[in-house]
Amino acid sequence: MPVKVRIPTPLMKLTNNQAEISAEGATIADILNNLESQFAGIKERICEENGTPRRFINIYLNEEDIRFLEGEKTPIKDGDEISIIPAIAGGVR
Amino acid sequence: MGFVKGLRCKECGKNYEKLPIHVCEYCFGPLEVDYDYTAIGKVVSRKSIQDGPPSMWRYKEFMPIDEAPKVGLHTGFTPLVRAKNLGKALGLKELYIKNDSVNHPTFSFKDRVVAVAVSKAIEFGFDTVSCASTGNLANSVAAHAAEAGLKSCIIIPDGLEAGKILGTQIYGSQLIAVHGSYDDVNRLCSEIGSNHDWAFVNINIRPYYGDGSKTYGYEIAEQLGWKTPDNVIVPVAGSSLITKIYKAFHEFEMLGLIGKVNTKVFAAQATGCAPVTTAIKNGTDTIIPVKPNTIAKSIAIGNPADGYYGVKTANESGGWGEDVSDEEVVASMKLLAETEGIFTETAGGVTVGVTQKLIKQGRIKPDETTVICVTGNGLKTQEALTGQFTPPAVIDCNIQSFEEEFANSLTV
Repeated sequence: MPVKVRIPTPLMKLTNNQAEISAEGATIADILNNLESQFAGIKERICEENGTPRRFINIYLNEEDIRFLEGEKTPIKDGDEISIIPAIAGGVR
Repeated sequence: MGFVKGLRCKECGKNYEKLPIHVCEYCFGPLEVDYDYTAIGKVVSRKSIQDGPPSMWRYKEFMPIDEAPKVGLHTGFTPLVRAKNLGKALGLKELYIKNDSVNHPTFSFKDRVVAVAVSKAIEFGFDTVSCASTGNLANSVAAHAAEAGLKSCIIIPDGLEAGKILGTQIYGSQLIAVHGSYDDVNRLCSEIGSNHDWAFVNINIRPYYGDGSKTYGYEIAEQLGWKTPDNVIVPVAGSSLITKIYKAFHEFEMLGLIGKVNTKVFAAQATGCAPVTTAIKNGTDTIIPVKPNTIAKSIAIGNPADGYYGVKTANESGGWGEDVSDEEVVASMKLLAETEGIFTETAGGVTVGVTQKLIKQGRIKPDETTVICVTGNGLKTQEALTGQFTPPAVIDCNIQSFEEEFANSLTV
């Protein structure tokens, strides 16, 4: 099932300036891999080499920080919305 | 002529030019100033510092500006008070208060960071300065903007203490209060920054701004006789000050100005907003943001920008984190005033209260040298003491009335 992923402004260079991307997967990790298959190079900007999200990237699943869910193993269901937000930038822009 | 090579990402190490930016465009880590310490070491000595002005600018080589400071020339070099009475009350033989409640010109440690930030904003050519603030920063940015002849627009959460609001407006600043918490305001300011080409001292100027805090640490080391204390108790909001004090100590150590640093750094928060001390106690470096609910509004940041580094500093130094209730904050403000004659704001009540807890826990020992950071002035947060004191007796102007009242009061 495709879900909607919001991309922060600094990463839109990698997504042909699209602020919202449709991606598929059963977990956050799947979604990130799916993003990488669509836009090569985006995953290393979001994740450390071991695949965990970088410290200053916050990933929200329906407004909830995934660190307080199951991290990158958090399951995704139809209609979910995912936001990727730089922590220090303080906003969604 | 400064000693700044550029900016560098604290996380991934990517280098940047000296620009008004604060986030690594690659990994989104915070940027910090990269100094040429070899060059600094060639020109700085204990003597060169001691021969400098009685202000934070005696450490100007360690500051991230390229030209002479433009504002705040009298900021810093505040008293390190030997607190014998408070020490006796707490059972500590060598206790000091680093007293920035008398900092020039707006009575908090924020004058240090703003003196740097506004000087840097002028170097960059900005005509307007701004900030997200819980009050002390607002006061300081407004005052220094006035001194610099710059425009200022300052954004605060609503519900701040009256002294902090008036203490911003008096300088002719445009002040806007936002429904929400500091964290909401901070987020809004990031968006405002996209629409306005302003120097937000704690956003796009943050790497430079933060280093003004280092002078608080340099002064502690110099005023203790060129050594660092065994313990330092630091109020924590965004976690910038705590990391910069520790950095300052290590810069002095690296340049041979002091011996080995063995200081334990303790983070102090109010229980109603304790994301950093909670993480320290839980043994994690993941900060869980909170919605603040405390009278210690100046340090009520629920989503601290440098929280991770605050936890890291406390852990690396062998320190700890503790928090105190609002009642303990008030009791500690009174204790400091009654023992040392220092009237601090709520954040100072937090550090004094936390020190008491740490002593009880055995983490701070009686024979150790301990410095409590007092970073703001009590006259700005009078609301915290509402109901603590009865109004003074009013008597007729004759000696009988006085003697009667005096005798009565003796029994109180």
